[in-house]
Amino acid sequence: MTTQLDTAAAPPSARRTAARRLSTRVGRVRELGIVVALALVVIPTAIVNPRFIQPQSLRDLLLNASIVALLAVGQTLVVITRNVDLSVGSVLGLAAFLTAQQFADHPGTPLLAGIGFGVAVGLACGLLNGLLVALGNVPSLVVTLGTLYVFRGIDYALAQGRQVNAANLPDALLNLGSARVLGIPILVLVTVVVIAVAAVYLRSYRSGRELYAIGSNPEAATLAGIPVAKRTLTTFVLSGLVAGLAGALWVARYGTVDAAAGTGLELQVVAAVVVGGVAIFGGSGTVAGAALGALLLGTITSCLVVLQIPAFWQQAIAGALLLSAITVDRLLALRLAKALRTSEGTSHA
Amino acid sequence: MDRPPVVALDEVSKSFGAVRALSGVSLRLLPGEAHALLGENGAGKSTLIKTLAGVHRPDSGRVEVDGSERRFSTPADALAAGIAIIYQEPTLFGDLSVAENVFMGRQPLGFGRRIDEAAMHARTSELFSRLGVRLDPARPARGLSIADQQLVEIAKALSFDARVIVMDEPTAALSAHEVQRLFGVVQALRAQDAAVLFVSHRLDEVFSLCQRATVLRDGEFVWSGPLTDETPDSLVRRMVGRELSQLFPKEDTAAGDVLLSVQRLTREGVFTDVSFDVRAGEIVALSGLVGAGRSEVARAVFGIDRPDGGSVHVRGRKLKYGSPTAAMAAGIGFVPEDRRQQGLVMDASIERNTALASLGRLSTFGLLRRSSERALAQDWAVKLRLKFAKLSDPVGVLSGGNQQKVVLAKWLARKPSVLIVDEPTRGIDVGTKAEVHRLLSELAGQGVAVLMISSELPEVLGMADRVLVMHEGRLVEELSRAEATEERVAMAAAGQAVTR
Repeated sequence: MTTQLDTAAAPPSARRTAARRLSTRVGRVRELGIVVALALVVIPTAIVNPRFIQPQSLRDLLLNASIVALLAVGQTLVVITRNVDLSVGSVLGLAAFLTAQQFADHPGTPLLAGIGFGVAVGLACGLLNGLLVALGNVPSLVVTLGTLYVFRGIDYALAQGRQVNAANLPDALLNLGSARVLGIPILVLVTVVVIAVAAVYLRSYRSGRELYAIGSNPEAATLAGIPVAKRTLTTFVLSGLVAGLAGALWVARYGTVDAAAGTGLELQVVAAVVVGGVAIFGGSGTVAGAALGALLLGTITSCLVVLQIPAFWQQAIAGALLLSAITVDRLLALRLAKALRTSEGTSHA
Repeated sequence: MDRPPVVALDEVSKSFGAVRALSGVSLRLLPGEAHALLGENGAGKSTLIKTLAGVHRPDSGRVEVDGSERRFSTPADALAAGIAIIYQEPTLFGDLSVAENVFMGRQPLGFGRRIDEAAMHARTSELFSRLGVRLDPARPARGLSIADQQLVEIAKALSFDARVIVMDEPTAALSAHEVQRLFGVVQALRAQDAAVLFVSHRLDEVFSLCQRATVLRDGEFVWSGPLTDETPDSLVRRMVGRELSQLFPKEDTAAGDVLLSVQRLTREGVFTDVSFDVRAGEIVALSGLVGAGRSEVARAVFGIDRPDGGSVHVRGRKLKYGSPTAAMAAGIGFVPEDRRQQGLVMDASIERNTALASLGRLSTFGLLRRSSERALAQDWAVKLRLKFAKLSDPVGVLSGGNQQKVVLAKWLARKPSVLIVDEPTRGIDVGTKAEVHRLLSELAGQGVAVLMISSELPEVLGMADRVLVMHEGRLVEELSRAEATEERVAMAAAGQAVTR
């Protein structure tokens, strides 16, 4: 455009408004809060039982959390668009069993091809979810609740009560589950890479930002020309793909797989995402937060074991934590909404 | 100007269910012109705009861009053809930054196709300074005032080199200074051969900005031509098609006791220190610009939003804060602004909707009897002269005016002593509008206290015994029926009240 710029208005740098400061601070507070909560859980446990912070137990902690964290990354993409994927536990189970069977039945399968097979299984499951949600216009809660049972059912039907044992799996795969680089387990590194890629995608790519737009105001997203159906489909495909990868890594980590692998995991994943500050109604949240949420939930479970709290209480405590996270979130949101409403008069100043 | 039109609609028709929103409407937008689209509420302007936007697909007729026919199946197609729309209701993403709202889908890219945030913020600031707006590009859009949201929408439309920019009432929420800036921008766009379609109820703006105009009435094309030979009066006559004075038959009633008393009601950042009374038999209009806080006051009175201070009394008894149940029990009825979202359950039947607010009275031992629902609905359908096929039809198939009658019936069935109506005739055809007005007038005659929010000045002036005017969250003017003129109300709404 050739119109002369008006230089009368103040430069943007001079206008860092209170509203903006507050909203960035709240964003940081969310993730900082999880780190503080982690410290609050870890430090007393370490005092009671110093072995809790030995390298090996810390490694176990990260390993245990990394599978849930992976799933949480995929789930975050879905939840940001105001949807939910409840089928991830079943997708993981199906992908894990089929990957293990592939390695067991075809001993010559190259490592990457086998893992790729698991990923492909996940992708196919995600595609089915995505097609039903995006093109069938069925609420994702209903679709993925259905496919949760369908995928698990297929898993049981294919397994027919069998399980694949470590003895039938190639060493290369099992090594992947225990190998370390610079003292950090490879599984954890893979998870970190996936988190980093997803974080950059959501932060800096157009289609990533469009996911937030869709979750924030679906109607406006359509009016802005965003291909809502296509983006929604993509998030489910990615969630399935990541769940497939997590399934393959599950095999590497545990070595023994039956049809029940990953049962009930979906609720842990959704809990991790919510604790991690991803708004359940879409529009905001980060994968880093979700992964930290997974780490926090995993750590709490471990701590409760170390502190010898009866197993009966563990779930109740984890649940109470989830509720308090949501309460804090809601209070922060209300404070922020009020602050933004009353922030200075901008153009009418 | 005999250059070919940039965009043309040719004999376009569109129906929603039984409602014919557009029938055979044509519109030609020439390069470099500002073209006014005029018509009363419900004349079909919004439908026409949404057809241009690719939201609605016409049932018949053609949409042409540069002389060749185009079929827009999604808004993305219209955007790609260079048609930018600024909607009356802002369509922003509250969670995202202002700059992202402006550039969504077209963010400037840097290395590796990553979004260049610095460039995006700089370009947003550039657009804002062209508009003379002081807004931080990095703040989230949530919490912006309606005027600021509108300005973000305008910046969005400017951000891509659109060849056609449609502005649906862009000035309704803006201050005089911002309107001048906007006009400057429109002139600059014209100089670049873009076409601007300008929808406004302010005829002075239309005359100062536009060269040609098209008038719609009840979904039909009435007239299109240059504005040089027109006067505001001649345009109004084309829009209305009848004398204004016949439209609004409020009968004089003797005002009785104070039924609704609002004292110093405040909701931080929304409205401040609002006090007024409404007496039995009175219709009090709450006037002001979009975003002045009128609907928000109504919502707080009815208990949907919780006020931060002040009180509401009904028949002298203080109402509990933030409880619609208490408000209903005290005898308040509330007809909301957005009847499709808030007033009706669109998929439910006419009888279900009518009975919705009276379920307690209609059920025996907690069980709801279908027959009593039907009897109630039948009764009110006759009283309100509802046009319908079957009472069991979903309310969504009715025309806008008849839907509004169902909302009214729902509340009237409770025999309210105070009725709050928010934009009672928005999007309703002229005939039904007069019926709604007759109904409100009758209710007042029966001793109901009516609080009416309306953006249409003729409606306010014709119906109200008293006019309260709000500006930026404050009550700035109170005018009796005799004092209220179009000028005084408009001046007060723009923040230039003489008294107080």
